[in-house]
Amino acid sequence: MNLRDLQNKLIVAARKQAPEARVPYAFEKRIMARLAKTPRFDEWGQWVRSLWYGAAVCASIALLMSIWSVAPETEQEMATNFSQGIEQTILAAGESENLW
Amino acid sequence: MSDSARMERADAEWIELVLKGDTASFEPLVVKYSPRVFAMARRYARRDSEVEDIVQEVWSKTFQKLSSFRGDAPFEHWLMRLAVRTCYDFLRSHQRNRETSFTELSAPETEWLDRYVAEPESASEEASAARQLVERVLEMLSPAARMVITLLEIEDRSVKEIAELTGWSVPLVKVRAFRARAEMKKCLQRITKDKYL
Repeated sequence: MNLRDLQNKLIVAARKQAPEARVPYAFEKRIMARLAKTPRFDEWGQWVRSLWYGAAVCASIALLMSIWSVAPETEQEMATNFSQGIEQTILAAGESENLW
Repeated sequence: MSDSARMERADAEWIELVLKGDTASFEPLVVKYSPRVFAMARRYARRDSEVEDIVQEVWSKTFQKLSSFRGDAPFEHWLMRLAVRTCYDFLRSHQRNRETSFTELSAPETEWLDRYVAEPESASEEASAARQLVERVLEMLSPAARMVITLLEIEDRSVKEIAELTGWSVPLVKVRAFRARAEMKKCLQRITKDKYL
């Protein structure tokens, strides 16, 4: 038996069998009665969304703080390097004078 | 203004009223779209009680998530996405029952298969036995495989459409479609192996 052909034939059979779109009597009334009992909107979803917003704000603050804390150090380091450089140059000049 | 645009506008007006707190404005949407949701649910559930549970769940989710509907696509598309995902959740929650529910073929199914083996053209696709058989095979499939076979092969939707409806990526739909066909073949093998293979 060719299973692939059988498979295709069964899929054709399924295509020819369109499902019913019948709606039970007064179904909408039941839905509306049920919705009247349920909470209006997705409270959990709103909580989750608020927490995500909070997390994003916290992350951006943390990022800004870390940039701010690193940036002055870098400037200080640059200044230190510069002053050390001058000092070494002057001392080196003095040392070389002493040598001569 | 075209009919569809007018309908969309009407939908948008109902939705706006619901979001403003007028719950009764939700009813016209339920009346309008329930036939489509029922037709979809009947593809995945056989019992009337199960079908009704699925549709109730769809409308309940729709109502609760209505504030997240942005209106950039038609309401019907958004609703059908919710419906497909609810049907998938239903299939997943009933997976265990399906795995243990394989029973012997009924007499009409066996007859139809006998006819198919003897002369494939003589076995009509419109016979109720063929429909029962395809229903049996679909029930044996995993939820993802059943979903893909139904949307891709039976409803003839494109891979892109399926990706939008299910929330899966396009490559994932392709992979699942490939696996689903193999799984279906295996199920047919299981059904027919005692007698025909």
